[in-house]
Amino acid sequence: MLNRPRALALRFATFAAAPLALGGCDMVVMNPAGDVARQQADLILWSTGLMLLIIVPVIVLTAVFAWRYRATNEEAEYKPDWDHSTGLELIIWSAPLLIIIALGALTWVATHTLDPYRPIGRIAAGKPLPATQRPLEVQVVSLDWKWLFIYPEQGVASVNELVLPVDRQVRFRLSSSSVMNTFYVPAMAGMIYTMPGMETKLHAVLNKPGDFEGMSAHYSGAGFSKMKFRTHAVDQVGFDQWIARAKAAPARLDAATYLKLEQPSEDVKPMHFARVEQGIFGRIVNLCVAPGQPCMTESMHGGGHSGLPQPTNNIVRPRTEAAFQRAPGEDAASPRTDAEGKGASAPARTGSGQRVDREAPVKGN
Amino acid sequence: MSDALTQMIFGRLTLEALPLHEPIVVGAFVGTAVIGLALIGLVTKYRLWGYLWTEWFTTVDHKKIGIMYMILGIVMLLRGFSDAIMMRLQQAMAFGNEGYLDAHHYDQIFTAHGVIMIFFVAMPFVTGLMNYVVPLQIGARDVSFPFLNNFSFWMTTAGAMLIMASLFVGEFAKTGWLAMAPLSGIDYSPDVGVDYYIWALQIAGVGTLLSGVNLIATIVKMRAPGMSLMKMPVFTWSALVTNVLIVAAFPVLTAVLAFLSLDRYVGTNFFTNVLGGNPMMYVNMIWIWGHPEVYILILPAFGVFSEVVSTFSGKRLFGYTSMIYALIVICILAYLVWLHHFFTMGSGASVNSFFGITTMIISIPTGAKIFNWLFTMYKGRIRYELPMMWAVAFMLTFTVGGMTGVLLAVPPADFVLHNSLFLVAHFHNVIIGGVLFGMFAGINYWWPKAFGFKLDRKWGLVSFWSWVIGFWVAFTPLYILGLMGVTRRLRTFDDPSLQIWFVIAGIGAAIIAVGIAAFLIQIGVSILNRDKLRDETGDPWGGRTLEWATSSPPPAYNFAFTPVVHDLDAWHDIKARGGKVPAEGYLDIHMPRNTGAGVILAGLSAASGFGLIWHIWWLAGAGLLGVIGYAIWHSFDYDRDYHIPASEVAATERARLALAEA
Repeated sequence: MLNRPRALALRFATFAAAPLALGGCDMVVMNPAGDVARQQADLILWSTGLMLLIIVPVIVLTAVFAWRYRATNEEAEYKPDWDHSTGLELIIWSAPLLIIIALGALTWVATHTLDPYRPIGRIAAGKPLPATQRPLEVQVVSLDWKWLFIYPEQGVASVNELVLPVDRQVRFRLSSSSVMNTFYVPAMAGMIYTMPGMETKLHAVLNKPGDFEGMSAHYSGAGFSKMKFRTHAVDQVGFDQWIARAKAAPARLDAATYLKLEQPSEDVKPMHFARVEQGIFGRIVNLCVAPGQPCMTESMHGGGHSGLPQPTNNIVRPRTEAAFQRAPGEDAASPRTDAEGKGASAPARTGSGQRVDREAPVKGN
Repeated sequence: MSDALTQMIFGRLTLEALPLHEPIVVGAFVGTAVIGLALIGLVTKYRLWGYLWTEWFTTVDHKKIGIMYMILGIVMLLRGFSDAIMMRLQQAMAFGNEGYLDAHHYDQIFTAHGVIMIFFVAMPFVTGLMNYVVPLQIGARDVSFPFLNNFSFWMTTAGAMLIMASLFVGEFAKTGWLAMAPLSGIDYSPDVGVDYYIWALQIAGVGTLLSGVNLIATIVKMRAPGMSLMKMPVFTWSALVTNVLIVAAFPVLTAVLAFLSLDRYVGTNFFTNVLGGNPMMYVNMIWIWGHPEVYILILPAFGVFSEVVSTFSGKRLFGYTSMIYALIVICILAYLVWLHHFFTMGSGASVNSFFGITTMIISIPTGAKIFNWLFTMYKGRIRYELPMMWAVAFMLTFTVGGMTGVLLAVPPADFVLHNSLFLVAHFHNVIIGGVLFGMFAGINYWWPKAFGFKLDRKWGLVSFWSWVIGFWVAFTPLYILGLMGVTRRLRTFDDPSLQIWFVIAGIGAAIIAVGIAAFLIQIGVSILNRDKLRDETGDPWGGRTLEWATSSPPPAYNFAFTPVVHDLDAWHDIKARGGKVPAEGYLDIHMPRNTGAGVILAGLSAASGFGLIWHIWWLAGAGLLGVIGYAIWHSFDYDRDYHIPASEVAATERARLALAEA
């Protein structure tokens, strides 16, 4: 939608683009590998261009007036009581208004087109979605401080490694095991939050093969800085080979493995799981992976029908005792404060420079 | 002593809470202690305790309280900026290594930086300026509730002291400045950090809210005769709108923090993952307060610029009426945009569009205000005194920040820029380029009013250029890094090609450090050279509003005669008509008496807060009972006012008139 007039937008935004060209650095946001991010980048250029229509005159006028009407310039006119002009007021209010109307219309359309919940409309500019292509579903779970990717159709799963076939729409379903995180692959598409007890969705595609960075963009605790994963965009053959390799891995992802995996750990190397227990993602979303834990969707009447994410967290689960619930002298035992699992009420300190546990809790591939 | 007894007396406070094994913290503590002891020593040596107590700590004079707010802001700026420097250093170093800060410290530092800069730097600056200037601008003798004003100040200070205590006793929150649930819940943050956060903000929040009530009452009820709402100075208008925002928004913060503390203390489930808790509710509530908060900070700065631009251009403000309507529109829209802080949390496209577009609409009145300042300069005679330089720098800097802000309001663009360093650059662009530049303009503008001498120009210029250049050097790289897909709050990095940008940003922070140092030197040099910089007219800039009608510094009662207002720029109008201040017919002036109750109540609140943080229940309970009991007792204290006799007023005024004419 936004592609043809892109050249125009670019010309519009040369001013904005000037700093972007600085040092020829790698502006992945402005030069991404996926069509969704591409359209988002175009939108940045268009919006910037529209706004520069008013920002540039303001900056120029400020500089000109500031210089021209300096006190030492006796030649400039001085009208100390001039304080109103209906004509000027009209321009002052209507010029920004017109720009905001244009930008607002653009926003309305683009927000709906690029809604992450909505399947993408095309593979790339001039490349329509093949009628027969089903989106690849990937279920994403942010764990304490690593990412779990489940491929339900292929029956495999991986940690901190996301492999996607080029030019195929991917439908991400996302959730979190403990606190909020954000799933963000700048080269592919904008970010979306992962939240415990809730499911979010993201539709995206990668158009170029390559190796891209993915991360959590929302601070989530001690191991947050290393909560990164590699995203590999490969052709179909490469994808099939990767699936085959994952299937050959010794580990399988079941409830027991997940509960171990869920424990805090940092800087985790990629892992593969050959088989995935049926329906585990739904139980992760409902925070009921542990054995004997009733799932809300099962007990709720009419539950299970998909649609909008429902508040499914009305469940009982052991949690840390609040201050008034504790016996005197009893420490708060938290399931998670840092990668060492220290949960003392006295400050859990890792001394300066002390390294935290780098070892993955589950032996993967 | 048995464990149970120790536990009862000290709660969870143990010797381990003192960070004796951490060199940086010990260094900071030693530094603070040395400075503190030196100050205490000096005060004792010069026998200033009595003076400080009777003239300052217990004062109910809005001018002195305003000055104390500014001092609090400056002191906390140094703390908040130290945090900033530590972060910049860590991020410039930690490429392929761990840097010098581990997560435990780094995460506290970025949280403390945000909390301190917003709540204990920007807010005291804004409240301090409003406190000082508003009553003078409306021709009043004080605020409506002078004691409440003193109490508000000390509650804010008590909050600041709790935050400072967290540096040396225990630790601060590791959650980010908004302490998002569920991370801030007891499941994931069981230690004292979040409790420090909660109680510091709750106690300071009482002060902020009451000061808002006070200033609204003052502006609505205590204007000089003839000053209708549409003849009110623009700064006072911005203060009115700001305080309406405060009174409407801060209770939401109080509520959300109360819910969070209930979750943490009695095991409720407002924001937990389980048992029906909903962390999204926390996000919504905190931003329903948080978005108006940014307007609470920026609107007073807009007010300062309106006064400064008009005064130094020697012109009436262009488009006064549209300025006022712009303020009101911003005030209303400020409540309709909070969701733009979390477009990326999965709201539908229509909801996102609605909040995106309302956000953009705010740029229309804001743009109108910029244009109005622009056309105030047009056909003016602009004198480039320091306040005006800050104003021009603001117009150039803030416009860019406004533009990136509107860009972030476009939801699909926000999807790629949210939580990135682009966002960090944006809000520093508006908060430094808007709020802080405004505060520096205001300090340079009203300093001569407060102290009777101007601030040194040379050091003022050093400070100005260091801040402006330092800002751009520090934050342009962050814009660029954001477009390179780098997100915020990261402690370590892998990609070495990013390092150069963080190094440049660090250099920018160092230039800003020069700006802060130059600002402090400017104050010191000005005090030393005060006789040369002296202004005896009370109106050093050719001012237009009533605060310039009285002496500098103004007497305790501000105006011997309540001025009568006929026109918008009341003082300019009086001067233009050759109006004279009468030198006869003085009357006794009824004044409020100083009281130590504010200090005591705030002290008891801080003790109660400290008890709650460390689970020292007897202290928490005693502090709370003390607050209630003392407040009741104080309400029976009827000896709260006195009269300045007419003879004393006459002597003061005649001395001043003689000086002004000399």
